[in-house]
Amino acid sequence: MAGSLISQSEQVFIVHGVENDFRSDGRSSIDYRPMELETDVVSHASGSARLRLANTDILVGVKTEIDVPKPETPGLGKIEFFVDCSANATPEFEGRGGEQLANTISSTMQRAYYSPQAFNLKQLCIFEGKQCWKLYVDILILECGGNLCDAVSLAVKAALFNTRLPCVKAALMDGGNIDLQLSDDPYDSKQLDIGTAPLLVTLCKIGTKCVVDPSAEEERCSVISLVVGVTGNPNFYQTDDNVIPDIKCKCSTISMNGPGSLSPKTLKSAIEQGITAANCLDNALGDALLREKDEISYLKKHSYGFLK
Amino acid sequence: MTGHVSIRLASERVNHSVATSNELPRFYTPGEVISGMQDFMRGHGTYTEDDNLKSSVAGVMQKVNKLICIRPLKSRYVGEIGDVVVGRVLEVQQRRWKVDTNSRLDSILQLSSVNLPGGELRRRSVEDEQSMRKVLQEGDLISAEVQSVFSDGSLSLHTRSLKYGKLVQGTLVKVFPSLIKRRKNHFHNILGISIIIGNNGYIWISPREKESTENDDLENIEKAKLEPVSISIREIMARVKNCIAALVASKMMLDDTSILMAYEESLKYETAKEMLDPEAMLDIAFLTQHRLNYVTTE
Repeated sequence: MAGSLISQSEQVFIVHGVENDFRSDGRSSIDYRPMELETDVVSHASGSARLRLANTDILVGVKTEIDVPKPETPGLGKIEFFVDCSANATPEFEGRGGEQLANTISSTMQRAYYSPQAFNLKQLCIFEGKQCWKLYVDILILECGGNLCDAVSLAVKAALFNTRLPCVKAALMDGGNIDLQLSDDPYDSKQLDIGTAPLLVTLCKIGTKCVVDPSAEEERCSVISLVVGVTGNPNFYQTDDNVIPDIKCKCSTISMNGPGSLSPKTLKSAIEQGITAANCLDNALGDALLREKDEISYLKKHSYGFLK
Repeated sequence: MTGHVSIRLASERVNHSVATSNELPRFYTPGEVISGMQDFMRGHGTYTEDDNLKSSVAGVMQKVNKLICIRPLKSRYVGEIGDVVVGRVLEVQQRRWKVDTNSRLDSILQLSSVNLPGGELRRRSVEDEQSMRKVLQEGDLISAEVQSVFSDGSLSLHTRSLKYGKLVQGTLVKVFPSLIKRRKNHFHNILGISIIIGNNGYIWISPREKESTENDDLENIEKAKLEPVSISIREIMARVKNCIAALVASKMMLDDTSILMAYEESLKYETAKEMLDPEAMLDIAFLTQHRLNYVTTE
């Protein structure tokens, strides 16, 4: 991962800190830094979100397109992730420098969203076997301050929450072809059900313990990090009281970055730690998104964007 | 065990400004006309175009008689002789180290301007040249003083005093160099820890070094430097780090007084991690600003 040099004694200091469960800014091993979220920042996209986690800045736009479903899955839509590392983040991303990192993140996202229990692609189906929605999720990394995967997954979930699919008004059958008429009214649209959409949690192994939300310096100290994709809880994303019987969070993907290794025991405890952290994240994200939705319902949306 | 996660909305963003008086200094943006008259002298951060004096950076104006300068808010460090800096070794070269000091060009630390182990002053031999990596290697942090400034603006450093040299355990905080207040002393031993406020905007927070007894040999000293730091010291260091972050977010000048005051104000927050929230940061900065104003009016 992109980063700068760090001296050996600084590493010793960080490692001892993690062992004492007291990191250099006072956080414990499962605390996140404060984040800032805004949805609907790109007016041309069907859905968008911007998330800032300390110095990491992510912009996500969702584009929708009508496509033909795959013959083996006629009832399912499609979703595709594309990550772009802006050279603004670090000079190392210039040219093709960020390509490897971008591919890693997008394939991890793709795998995390692959399971039907994580993201239900049936809701993207328009006409079985003939037409479906295809979602292009474009992720732009504007600034790199550590912990990219978590920030990306949060921003993607927020953008999908913000995505509106236009309703189909009429369909004309002409031989084998279908001609769809979509509603022009921006309010005549349906939301996606993203309650179970997964969040990624990076667990950085520093010394013998794992921490979430590593800073850039902490990332330099660890030889291996584990990325766990954990499905969400739909209860966090709805206001009405018809509580769905508690759904247990499931782990939808695991991947490892770095040259080190993990023992099975550490792996197990790390995954458990990841699920706990993901649950907290999911709760906070749902809370923030509902608050924003509430705000927009009686106030005109004021865009803040990047201006401080 | 639950973690602490806070996601706020952009509409709930905290304004970090703590300016008490209503008269903010006039802020110039690049390309803005400062004066249309010719009887001013062009200083740093300005250029002339079509008989107008324009600003080339974003910052505030400084006027000395007829000389107009624009001091940028955010800029790279512009070194001056005698400044205390904190830097990171980037490269080991022939008889010198390349050091990152947040200036436009990498600074240079000559082998002849360091105190070699052993303490006594002696000629630099070929062996010294070959074992430079034993003294400082890539990634190491040092504190140093600016010895001279070359014509291209790059700095030459020296560490020929016992207070300078390699830094061991601790954390580095990076801030804008323009926020560092120039003081006689930039080494502070307060609150049971030591803080080096580098003029280049790099601040080093570390546990206070233990007094080494004379009969300790070198190896023991090296080992003692990597001993775990106690949790109480860590708590103080984290607090100081978060205080500096709070002051920087509100663009307040940093020196030992402001850091100490911010630390005292921060004590009402029970744990250091509570100080990461923007509201707490603003609160600390505001109270510090208030106390600073009170001190200056006394």
